[in-house]
Amino acid sequence: MNSNLFIVIAASAIYYGTPLLFSALGGVLTERSGVLNLGVEGMMLLGAVCASWTASRVDGPGWLVLSLALLAGIAAGSAAALLHAFAVITLRVNQTVSGLAITILAGSAGLSSYLASVWDLKNPVKHQFGKLDVFGLGDMPILGPILFHHTLLTYLSWALVVLISWYLFRTRAGLQLRAVGESPQTADAVGINVVRTRYVHTILGGALAGVGGVCFSLSIVPTWQDGMTAGRGWIAIALVIFGFWRPDLAMVGAYVFGAFSSLSLTLQARGVKITPQLLDSLPYVMTIAVLVVVSGGWAKRRLGAPAALGIPYEREER
Amino acid sequence: MIRLERRASFPKWLGWVIPIASIAAALVAGALLILVSGNDPLTTYSRILDRAFASGEALSATLIAATPLLFTGLAAAAAFKMGVFNIGGQGQFVIGTVTAAWTGLMWGDSLGKAVIPLMILAGVLGGALWAAIAGVLRAWLNTNEIITTLMLNYIAANLASWLIFNSRSYWRLLSGSGLQFPQGRRLPEGSDWPDLSLGSLVLPCGLLIGTAVAVGCWALYRHTRFGFEVAIISDSPEAAAYAGMRTKRKVLAVIALSGGLAGLGGAADVGNFRHVLDPKGLNQSGYGYAGIVIAALARLNPIAVVFVAVLMGGLSNAGRSLQGPDFPAGLVGTLQGMVLFFALGGEVLARYRIRRTVRIPEGVAV
Repeated sequence: MNSNLFIVIAASAIYYGTPLLFSALGGVLTERSGVLNLGVEGMMLLGAVCASWTASRVDGPGWLVLSLALLAGIAAGSAAALLHAFAVITLRVNQTVSGLAITILAGSAGLSSYLASVWDLKNPVKHQFGKLDVFGLGDMPILGPILFHHTLLTYLSWALVVLISWYLFRTRAGLQLRAVGESPQTADAVGINVVRTRYVHTILGGALAGVGGVCFSLSIVPTWQDGMTAGRGWIAIALVIFGFWRPDLAMVGAYVFGAFSSLSLTLQARGVKITPQLLDSLPYVMTIAVLVVVSGGWAKRRLGAPAALGIPYEREER
Repeated sequence: MIRLERRASFPKWLGWVIPIASIAAALVAGALLILVSGNDPLTTYSRILDRAFASGEALSATLIAATPLLFTGLAAAAAFKMGVFNIGGQGQFVIGTVTAAWTGLMWGDSLGKAVIPLMILAGVLGGALWAAIAGVLRAWLNTNEIITTLMLNYIAANLASWLIFNSRSYWRLLSGSGLQFPQGRRLPEGSDWPDLSLGSLVLPCGLLIGTAVAVGCWALYRHTRFGFEVAIISDSPEAAAYAGMRTKRKVLAVIALSGGLAGLGGAADVGNFRHVLDPKGLNQSGYGYAGIVIAALARLNPIAVVFVAVLMGGLSNAGRSLQGPDFPAGLVGTLQGMVLFFALGGEVLARYRIRRTVRIPEGVAV
């Protein structure tokens, strides 16, 4: 492979991997608290549509509009996550079904599409996250395009990987969070508020899924398309498992899948004649393959899935 | 604060009240949404009702729209009954249309109507085999079936698009207008499924088959050893394994059954209505996802699936014919999502009583 192609693929792996990374980081936080969120796809689309609306309708300087759009995406994802949290934590609805319901409600044929047509989002957004030239290093050979020529969102996601790793493994609150995910009974007995911990981290997860959606509508696909995330929310859920519920490994996984997602466009742009549908299917095939690998007996022992994942906590029914 | 208290028994009337109440609640929530977006909810709803059920013609169109939903609803119900979350109804449906269309194209001319059973068989097999991929992985390797079935949806969608848009496949029209606009080859007239006309009302053959299949599913789950074992496995896999039931095979069988039902829907779709392999239309249809809503609303009862599918078919038929500036795309999906959510909330009310918790002042002996 010539080095030029390698650089393009590496750079676009990071570009297309960024939304996956945000959503997977959110998934790590949520699942560490013992809540399974299958609504990621819907939350991403909802975040995407709200950010898209903000970026096309609000007037003002670019940085202000983009900040507001990012906030709108966060708010939309959080709101959907609050609904999920209320359903599964307070009402103890089956977590699988509630997450699915969120994705059907908000997803490609649901609320996100409805809002997009009501808000008339036919044109490209006026402002989008452009690629930066960090420290003027964007022109550096090889590393420049790979590391120093990305959108602000990518750098934000790197900061979050560090922050969340530190939070999970180096702080008291992170320890409490992991305790709630492993054994809510024990956590409750030592005075940790299980319900609050779960609510907070489910909502944080939704917020990050919203940001993942913003990556799509304000950077990757700046003109609205129904279902623009094309199943990336589901891949993010698989990445949480693939990343052993750790932010750093989720990042590796996100970029591997980012590379597969971008392969179709990259190769087509260079005139390589490969069936686009075959390349488009790659991320999905790889997701299945990776899940098969990590669900084997070997991986199960050292995976470290939160023990209470998916189980509602009922104090009276211990 | 509110507190949930487990009910000792499940009152029978709740089985009826929950779905009806959740539809009503969803309609109210949907009305708010329509109101906020600047339209009149009452007008919108009366137009939906008018287009879906008001005349024989409208009702016939509704029954056509209900047919694929009936099959995907049965598919979801059959799997969810055992706690196996087959979200891949959409992909299995698409594969069913691919295999059934192939059969129709191959033998439609020579066999005439006798090709119909073959198309059914092909659709069932296609859907069942596609689902079996996820089934084998789930049963023997313990791979999460939710994600695999979902990924298989996207792969099936890509496969169908490839057959029509990027290959010179057997399904594609390679002459006339097909040279300019990629499209599927029309199946021979001989393979068109018949309709049953009752005055102005037209009952598609697929719907009748689906209804019969629903009754069959109900009997299978209610009155056979298979159904009994499924019920035990769904309640407690450990107990089932201890009693000597082969849970792995049962998981595979249930996923394959579910996929076969979705694939049969695909066969009905291609034989009864589309008569071509139409990947674009299929991929936008959302049949598989609507099936999940239908199964949940029918509380996984196959007979109830028939009625709920007609209801949802009415909604999507009206949605399609009304689509325009004041009836945006996505409204139908949003309403369906809301119905599902309220149905879930209703299930909670069925299992628990809601009590207000009263804080007992400290120091008071209770």
